[in-house]
Amino acid sequence: MIAIIDYNAGNLTSVKRALDFLGQKSVITSDFSTVVDAERIIFPGVGAAGRAISDLRQRKLDRAILEVFNCDKPILGICLGTQIIMQRSQENNTVCLGLIKGDVKLFSESLSDGQCGRLKVPHMGWNSIRLNKAHPLFDGVDPSSEFYFVHSYYPVPDEQDKILGETSYGIQFASVLISKNLIAMQFHPEKSGRPGLRILDNFCRWNGKGYAE
Amino acid sequence: MLSKRIIPCLDVRDGKLTKGIKFKGNVDIGDPVETAARYYEEGADELVFYDITASHEKRDIMIETVRKVAERIFIPFSVGGGIRTVEDMREVLLAGAEKISINSAAVKNPDLISMGAEIFGSQCIVLGMDVLRVSISEKIPSGYEIVINGGRAHTGIDALEWAKNGENLGAGEICLNSIDADGTKDGYELELSRLISSNVKIPVIASGGAGTPTHLFDVLSEDKADAALIASMTHYGTYTIREIKTYLHERKIKVRMNW
Repeated sequence: MIAIIDYNAGNLTSVKRALDFLGQKSVITSDFSTVVDAERIIFPGVGAAGRAISDLRQRKLDRAILEVFNCDKPILGICLGTQIIMQRSQENNTVCLGLIKGDVKLFSESLSDGQCGRLKVPHMGWNSIRLNKAHPLFDGVDPSSEFYFVHSYYPVPDEQDKILGETSYGIQFASVLISKNLIAMQFHPEKSGRPGLRILDNFCRWNGKGYAE
Repeated sequence: MLSKRIIPCLDVRDGKLTKGIKFKGNVDIGDPVETAARYYEEGADELVFYDITASHEKRDIMIETVRKVAERIFIPFSVGGGIRTVEDMREVLLAGAEKISINSAAVKNPDLISMGAEIFGSQCIVLGMDVLRVSISEKIPSGYEIVINGGRAHTGIDALEWAKNGENLGAGEICLNSIDADGTKDGYELELSRLISSNVKIPVIASGGAGTPTHLFDVLSEDKADAALIASMTHYGTYTIREIKTYLHERKIKVRMNW
């Protein structure tokens, strides 16, 4: 069973629907022991970091996530879920979970594509990813695939080896992060058509390990 | 880099498309769910549903449609038409829509934008603007006025002013519909698009007037819009999404070519 963590942060049902479509059993839950006992967990979310963290703490789900992380079960973070695994976020000046060292920053207002001008914030729409190395979650995903993003903040990990994939939007930012059994993506695989579904399907089979170097 | 989005718009009344949609190969489809699935397969980047159901009692039918669409397609879609309260918004989002579009209701009650953004997040709230070209006046300095109720009622509100206001209230995106261009197939209102897009930070979807791929090139080049709404040009099988995207791709407009 896959536990989709419910902490009042936006559209959880779309992740559940994608898993239903793939024939994968999942449950949306905010119950500590359901999360801890799950075979794997998905940590989705849209919304603001400050509110998300306080909801997580209130439900003791911060501890549940840490426990799952420490016992090597596969964890997938999506969008806001990718930001609040970092140490700090500029959004609402929030102290986050700290599973990966580094900060979450706001896209600059003067973001430019270097040609005809100013880029919009939020970064909303389809963009590609450059992978730094192969990973089981991207098996069978065409490298030219694009994914659906919608966010104004982006993660900046301290350690380069935590960056699996990067995306360009005026700057290069880390759009896919890894740390052992944790993989986190800034885009929405559940809204990214066939390549996104493939990533979710791969996650459902993932053993929590990367390929040997 | 970010791709420009191509977004088919489907009008739905009482759970059915108002006009049957014909895909190449002469398949006639009048069912919004089947049509959505077909556009998803054909490479649409997003979909817009516009509910033109007249009676409020029949809104349940639309919610059921949204639910069925959400089980079949895995790209974002928005729903507009008849959304007047935060509760209406919640219902549509829970049924599986990614975004809600508010238009006349936001003009009558701008707080709806801020309340929606506060509760569901700005990324959910699309401000739909119906705009009519008028003579420049003290009240309408941009020469573009907001109209409501399907373009029938003038509001005396300047379109540029309203766009900035909507952004400040928390709208995450603007869907900019030119009443002058709508239905003409003569191309988008480029000046309007440029004006609004260059004066707000949030993405702008151009709407109204698309007839050929050239029209999409015109509005998506030089940052006049971030996305383009289309209807009849693909609804009646004149073009496929792939044909439109290939045309744009060959002319260096970045679009998603792999799906």
